[in-house]
Amino acid sequence: MIVSGRVIKLGDKIDTDLIIPAKHLKYTDPQYLAQHVLEPLDPEFHKKASKGVVLIAGKLFGMGSSREQAAIALKAAGVKAVLAESFARIFFRNAVNNGLPVMSCSKITEFVVDGDYISVNLSTGEVSLPEKGINLKCKELPEVVIKILSSGGLIEYLKGVK
Amino acid sequence: MKYEVIMAGEQTLTEKILSRAAGKAVTPNDIVEISVDLIGFHDLTGFHVIEVIESVGYKYIPNPEKLVIAFDHLVPPPDVRSAEIQKLVRELARKSKVLNFHDVGDGILHQLLLEKYVEPGQVVVGADSHTSTAGALGAFAQGMGATDVAAALLTGKTWVSVPQSFKVVLKGVPKKWVTGKDVALEILREFKADYFNGMSLEFYVEKSSEFPMDYRATVSNMGIEFNADSTLFVPDAETYSYLKNERGVECKMISPDKNASYVDEHVIDLKDVDLLVAAPYSVDNVKGVREVEGMEVDMVFIGSCTNGRLSDLEIAAKMMKGRKVRSRCVVIPASRKVFNKALELGYIQTLVSAGCVVTFSTCGPCIGGHFGVAGPDEVILSTSNRNFKGRMGSPNSKTFLVGPSVAAASAVLGKVSEPGELQ
Ligand code: SF4
Repeated sequence: MIVSGRVIKLGDKIDTDLIIPAKHLKYTDPQYLAQHVLEPLDPEFHKKASKGVVLIAGKLFGMGSSREQAAIALKAAGVKAVLAESFARIFFRNAVNNGLPVMSCSKITEFVVDGDYISVNLSTGEVSLPEKGINLKCKELPEVVIKILSSGGLIEYLKGVK
Repeated sequence: MKYEVIMAGEQTLTEKILSRAAGKAVTPNDIVEISVDLIGFHDLTGFHVIEVIESVGYKYIPNPEKLVIAFDHLVPPPDVRSAEIQKLVRELARKSKVLNFHDVGDGILHQLLLEKYVEPGQVVVGADSHTSTAGALGAFAQGMGATDVAAALLTGKTWVSVPQSFKVVLKGVPKKWVTGKDVALEILREFKADYFNGMSLEFYVEKSSEFPMDYRATVSNMGIEFNADSTLFVPDAETYSYLKNERGVECKMISPDKNASYVDEHVIDLKDVDLLVAAPYSVDNVKGVREVEGMEVDMVFIGSCTNGRLSDLEIAAKMMKGRKVRSRCVVIPASRKVFNKALELGYIQTLVSAGCVVTFSTCGPCIGGHFGVAGPDEVILSTSNRNFKGRMGSPNSKTFLVGPSVAAASAVLGKVSEPGELQ
């Protein structure tokens, strides 16, 4: 499973209150949520992401609350994958369950800057930045996670298994 | 609850609980399916859980006997959409015969779980990150998203990656006015928010009564701020007497094996823990209260699933007796039981006389919901658990997290103060 796109780079500890503030949690409609994703950080984020981007972040991406809307909003806004140095456990699961690819990559922020073109093979953990001639090896995702992601999320996956 | 004996080497409490729930001996980093004993959700995540359940074709909530529902996030509903969400959950809960249903005013989910439902050794999952609170009673408790919780209801199971266990020993006696909050902040000061990611913290209290259940609940509650996979207190005499006195039950206790191996160990001497504060915008931006002393405070919030318990209100009442607050001060007991007890003991009357706004239990200002949303540039002193940008209202407000004694003393003096300043 391969995803690619231009990079938007964020810092450490992007918490779920930043990804989708609590006032939007009364709704689950992906299109509505997409309009407000990362709003406190950059109200224009959803426009920048709309063509399809790969997010690169530092430590503990998605820390904080269990709100699944954080993963739904990112995906609906056009985020194709998130590669971070580490993830908060709940967010990581929510992302997979909603078909948003996520991969831990311990030193990724040292190699990537905003606007880079990146290609990620989720099954092997190979990451390449063709314009820079850089190839990295990150932690590949377990097979079951790839299957859930390919189905589009946990519920779709479970329906398929039944 | 019945425990089947699983043959395994010496195990930590986490490994013991997960082995029982998996039906086989587990070791760290195993990914295993486990049975779930108790499931919780509230109004704001509940409607989302129900959407997921309905999307797979269910008309009722499956496994209602394992479920506890408590309305706490948007109560009483401040707007039409909140009322609509609650109506939807309430009606489906009734149709599905969810007996453990708590409507507006009963309390915050995590507090109700401790007061009525959790037992040592259980696996608890909830659609809220602070489900970690249940670890105070020695349960393996994790917050999860709506889809994972829906899946747990549909199958009675979930999956976990078995965390490595890390041992924390609390020894000695805390200084005056130092409580569980300061211990949680001390851990964040020392280890920062990412150290325990992927680990389960097991707390051993050497003098069990010196670190009572309320303090344990605060620390386990903030376990998710340490990003620990779970935060358990090894059941001891305090656990036993809490369950006996508060709930009238005699639960089977469960302990880690004597020679269980931990990835590491950290000892905290409680007498060395100072009054601490987490400055914006990160829970691990911890400082001594002295470092921010004197800063003017617009609003003080004493409450939440972190510090809205009886001992918190007792401390606040002691500080405020015969005094008036200079900062706006909102006090919210974590449950009806706490409220009633505080009324009986006169704490509520004292707080009201001091000029606090006291209300029934709700999450309220903790998520910037209502009853005291933070305005632009306001400085908030809060006993809750998160000070992320915009968490309590305006993205330009600043939240400082403190324990109940600092919150109450600061409310009286209108500026950040140590409790000693009041004398
Ligand atoms: S009081 Fe705050 S942290 Fe606790 S459950 Fe409510 S919103 Fe969450």
